[in-house]
Amino acid sequence: MEYMMFVATDPEAEPYDPQQDNIEEWVRDVEARGVHVRGDRLRPIEDATTVRLRGGELLVTDGPFTESKEWIAGYDIIDCADLDEAIEVASKHPMARFGRIELRPAWPLEL
Amino acid sequence: MAPGALTEPEEADVARADVSRAIAAAYEFEWGRIVSTLIRITGDWSLAEDCAQDAIELAIGRWTREGIPRNPGAWLTTVAKNRALDRRRRAVNEAAKLREVAIMHELESWGTEPADEDIQDDRLRLIFTCCHPALTMEARVALTLRTVAGLTTAEIARAFLVPEKTMAQRLLRSKRKIRNAGIPYRVPPARLLADRLCGVLAVLYLLFTEGYSASSGERLVRDGLASEAIRVARALVQLMPDEPEARGLLALMLLQHSRRDARVGAGGELLTLEEQDRSLWDRSAIAEGVAVLELAHVGGEGGVYQLQAAIAACHATAAAQDATDYGRIASLYHRLATSHPSPIFTFNYAIARGMSAGAAVGLEEVNLVAESKALDGYYLVPAAQADFLRRLGRTEEAAERYREALSLVSSGPEGRYLERRLREVSADS
Repeated sequence: MEYMMFVATDPEAEPYDPQQDNIEEWVRDVEARGVHVRGDRLRPIEDATTVRLRGGELLVTDGPFTESKEWIAGYDIIDCADLDEAIEVASKHPMARFGRIELRPAWPLEL
Repeated sequence: MAPGALTEPEEADVARADVSRAIAAAYEFEWGRIVSTLIRITGDWSLAEDCAQDAIELAIGRWTREGIPRNPGAWLTTVAKNRALDRRRRAVNEAAKLREVAIMHELESWGTEPADEDIQDDRLRLIFTCCHPALTMEARVALTLRTVAGLTTAEIARAFLVPEKTMAQRLLRSKRKIRNAGIPYRVPPARLLADRLCGVLAVLYLLFTEGYSASSGERLVRDGLASEAIRVARALVQLMPDEPEARGLLALMLLQHSRRDARVGAGGELLTLEEQDRSLWDRSAIAEGVAVLELAHVGGEGGVYQLQAAIAACHATAAAQDATDYGRIASLYHRLATSHPSPIFTFNYAIARGMSAGAAVGLEEVNLVAESKALDGYYLVPAAQADFLRRLGRTEEAAERYREALSLVSSGPEGRYLERRLREVSADS
């Protein structure tokens, strides 16, 4: 079963400590286990672009800029046996400590 | 009047009573087995519940007319299984056919007397899945009542004072989440087991205290909740005999539940331990609770439920309130507060100290809890201060605290108790 891991910042989490960021170890581990499909960091909101089509007109804007201190900092798609395995994989990601992880099951479009 | 006209209705009544007993037994022993096995085979929670419910409903009519079958469990299993086969046959479409063939095959080979191990595994799977931490606490409680205990949606809705439609939606949402989020239908592996078992016990205890505290809602329905919690805990102990805390929880529930008939006075007011008529305590529940607790200690001591059960046992086995070993109770609460820090345990330690070392010491300890503000807004803190002040003869201060407690309490029996005490101290001063 595929899950999208939204790796998000969280103002209530402990402050980020680069010394304890073991993301390389995490990636090696999930790849060795064969549960990692793909994933990356995401560039900050400053580099985001919003695309909308309104009444047939294309609207392209910089942003979105929100007041929120919580944003998505990265993503990983993992393929796990079930939610328990996905929780275990997510719990070992360094951002589970320094931020939070939201697990969303993929909802396959049966075409 | 035709001969026999007087006896026939009686016979019918006897038959009806037999049938209700058989149906009650079916809920006790067959419901969980049927539902949990159907879920394992089909993965379809609603189908499992519907088929088990259909079987029970069919049994009520058929057994009344034709008599109770020799093996009611096998009868119910066969009906539920045939219902499930019918439903799956109707639902099948081309795309799902291969998977369906496998399910149909397994359904057809589901015997009416499967090996004990299979049943136990299925029932445990069901309990652990209903109590999965990815579900909200509300959902866990509702699912456990519906699928493990076999209560109807209407009954659960009444117990939690929500409209039936709301409860139906809550159950539907939970079952959907189990399927869509990939919550596994299994007993967790060893590395997760301790944690998850804690979660299951917490759900059962919440279910029990909802019934026991009767903070709102119909009393009868809520007593039923406490009994259901005991029933599921009993099943859990049977399924996991080596888990001391499962036994600890069962013992705790039995001991607390033994006082159910003595807790409320004639006017519906809540009675304190010292005011309760101890002859109304359920002796057999107490004996069972104490025995279960002793067995629990064999597997290891010091768990949070075992310690609480040990405290409940001190109360339950005391011949009179003034014969209660409050020194031991205080030391048990001290262990609890140290190993599982919680302001409630500290507060109860303070009360027990007051009961063993005198009202002055108790008042001092409770004042410390009040000053810590950890239990701000909890009516029992000013109520305890009031009781100790009353015992010390400081009636005016006591009245003030009773009034403060009254301003914090919402429901009937607790409020009536406080009002009665307030009248007493007001008359004295």
